[in-house]
Amino acid sequence: MSIEFRGVSKRFADGTLAVEDFSLVVPSRSITVLVGSSGCGKTTLLRMINRMVEPTAGSILIDDADISEESPVALRRRIGYVMQNSGLLPHRKVIDNVATVPLLNGVPKKQAQSAALTLLDTVGLDRSLADRYPSQLSGGQQQRVGVARGLAANPNILLMDEPFGAVDPIVRAELQTETLRLQRELDKTVVFVTHDIDEAFLLGDQVVILQKGGRIAQQGSPAEILAAPADDFVAEFVGADRGRRVLSIQQVDGVDILVDGDGRPAGRLGGSATGRRITETARIDETKAGARTASGAPAQGERAS
Amino acid sequence: MNLFLDAFLWLFSPDRLAGANAIPVRLGEHLFFTFFAFLIASAIAVPVGFLIGHTGKGREIAVAVSGAARALPSFGLILLLVMIIGVLQIAPAVTIALVLLAIPSILAGAYSGLEAVDRRTIDAARAVGMTEWQILTKVEIPLGLPLLISGMRSGMLQIVATATLAAYVGLGGLGYDILQGIAIRRYDQTLGGALVVVILALLLDTIFGILEHLVVPRGVRLGRTAGSGEKRTGRGSSRRPGVDGPEQAATASASLVGSGPS
Amino acid sequence: MNWLSNNLDLVLELTIQHLRLAVIPIVLGFIISVPLGYVAYRYRLTRGILLTIAGLLYTIPSLALLIVLPAITGISVFSDLNLIIALTIYAVAIMARSVADALASVDPGVRQAATAMGYSSWRRFWTVEFPLAGPVMLAGLRVVAVSTIALVTVGILVGVESLGYLFTNGFQRRILLEVLTGVVMTMVLALVVDFLLARVGRLVMPWSRPQRASQRQVAAATAEAVL
Repeated sequence: MSIEFRGVSKRFADGTLAVEDFSLVVPSRSITVLVGSSGCGKTTLLRMINRMVEPTAGSILIDDADISEESPVALRRRIGYVMQNSGLLPHRKVIDNVATVPLLNGVPKKQAQSAALTLLDTVGLDRSLADRYPSQLSGGQQQRVGVARGLAANPNILLMDEPFGAVDPIVRAELQTETLRLQRELDKTVVFVTHDIDEAFLLGDQVVILQKGGRIAQQGSPAEILAAPADDFVAEFVGADRGRRVLSIQQVDGVDILVDGDGRPAGRLGGSATGRRITETARIDETKAGARTASGAPAQGERAS
Repeated sequence: MNLFLDAFLWLFSPDRLAGANAIPVRLGEHLFFTFFAFLIASAIAVPVGFLIGHTGKGREIAVAVSGAARALPSFGLILLLVMIIGVLQIAPAVTIALVLLAIPSILAGAYSGLEAVDRRTIDAARAVGMTEWQILTKVEIPLGLPLLISGMRSGMLQIVATATLAAYVGLGGLGYDILQGIAIRRYDQTLGGALVVVILALLLDTIFGILEHLVVPRGVRLGRTAGSGEKRTGRGSSRRPGVDGPEQAATASASLVGSGPS
Repeated sequence: MNWLSNNLDLVLELTIQHLRLAVIPIVLGFIISVPLGYVAYRYRLTRGILLTIAGLLYTIPSLALLIVLPAITGISVFSDLNLIIALTIYAVAIMARSVADALASVDPGVRQAATAMGYSSWRRFWTVEFPLAGPVMLAGLRVVAVSTIALVTVGILVGVESLGYLFTNGFQRRILLEVLTGVVMTMVLALVVDFLLARVGRLVMPWSRPQRASQRQVAAATAEAVL
């Protein structure tokens, strides 16, 4: 299930050009993250994949078939969609929210509900929450229900529009980890939109950094982008220019401590000092010191925007 | 209080139960015109209101119409329509007036009910593949029903009140006794008639009030009590970062360093 | 057209009389509603009671209220004062809720900031909360003004003369133009007063213009007052 943008443009009715001549291949069974500041057209691009927004020029293909030839409703029912603020139906119980799409597709209610229960397990929610209403859940739980709903029709493609933007940093870190776990289990083609470069690097197999008008500043794996930022914009966006990604080793009491360009401690080195290990150690430290990482995230977001 | 006593004596005297001017007859006339006009008004205003609410088109016109309608003197409208349509066609003329007066409230209830539904909920419904019809019937209408009923409630009260004035053109109804009592200076009759009107209005209002409460979806009602608490804490917590913002930002940027792969 | 040109004086006189009968209840209603609305906003219990009573009063059909009131007040059914009291009751029924909603719409952050800067609660109310509640209150006041002006005409059924006189007189004499003049003049009067209130509001509350959010709130308040 690869997705291909071919010279896609979008001009809104009010005249603003949100996306101009955008081309990209989203490879199958991997996470592609579109990242950029607000107004870069990332959400517009995402919403064009399930025809919530119609391009004014160009075409979008899913497995080489032009989506403009498929009815929007049918297309949306085979593509999972997870949005910020969950978008759950407030008048329906959790279980019915998860089963929304299968029910629309005509799956018998009993069958849809038992499948929905299984999905609650998948996204790490207790089955006892099935009979609650969305308003009775915490923000993080609502977001998990949103993910379960996105997965309910067993779609090959999952679109995620800043799904963790509205939850608090600690829960966000949890949900990010869960997303990686889910992707290992389910192996979907995921397109993920965020303005948070750290989230992009954490989740993305492929990261696409966007500038105004949907212009691609750089695309590649997180390592490729960090190794060779394409230009000053990218360097600044990923934070390479301010030295916060330039880590060096200092010895404190015989332990190797990683410090960034500003001399602030960033983590601690364990085992051999290969680049990859450093990364992972830094990440693990983050997860351990969940609160620290977490409270960092919004500041990151601010910087990015 | 003697006046009320007189009114009750008049109301409960045996004459009131029999003959062409009996209270039940007047009440029946009143209710017939009220419900008839209400049904027609709803049949027109609800679909149009849903259309406006769903598409967002024609909203300005609807707002302007309901604004102007509020300025319309209902008594004058009845007399005007009776004179235009014909003094021999009182019933249709009055019915048209009642319908016209009830439409703005019901229309406003219908479209504002749909408008009040969270845009993100509708967006999500569309994104998961609901058709426009499904969005309307499964999401917008159930969530917008309380406001629609609220609009119907005011429309109904408008009709009940205006139908009272219709006695002036000879339509009968509960206004008959009020106006006749004034004409022949029988205050007990006037007050008795007025009390019946008051009771009828309060009764209908109560019924609609209960209905309005009943149609609030359970999940929404639970959310309101939970939500109001959440909102309050939410407000508090959203304020907090503002209060100790700089400090937090400092720790935040400090803890961020080196979070990406290098 | 003949009737109108012969009766311009009468129409003018009735319009002025109409305006007088409407303005007094509008102003009185507003003055009474501010403390009532504040109490309703401030205390949960009184909010429920006050708003329920307001709702019930508003439910009573105008002609019935005009008849029932004298039995309680002892004032003549046919007096101007009786009509003014009835219209004031309706005005308060709408406006008290509007004031309570308006006060609730004030950003609690601003309120807290004012307290933190050392405003006394009396001073804070008049210099911070009351002005900031202005736009929503104005929306309520405009609804009150328009509906009061329309309601004045019902007074003719109990002999209180206003533009409503043209309705009954025109109907009895079968002069369509007379009734039409009454209806049109009532609406014109209502819309002019509404327009003036909006204008004055913009002059007195210049801060209320650019904020889109508060405009939406005002629209919602208007909708709520109507429903």
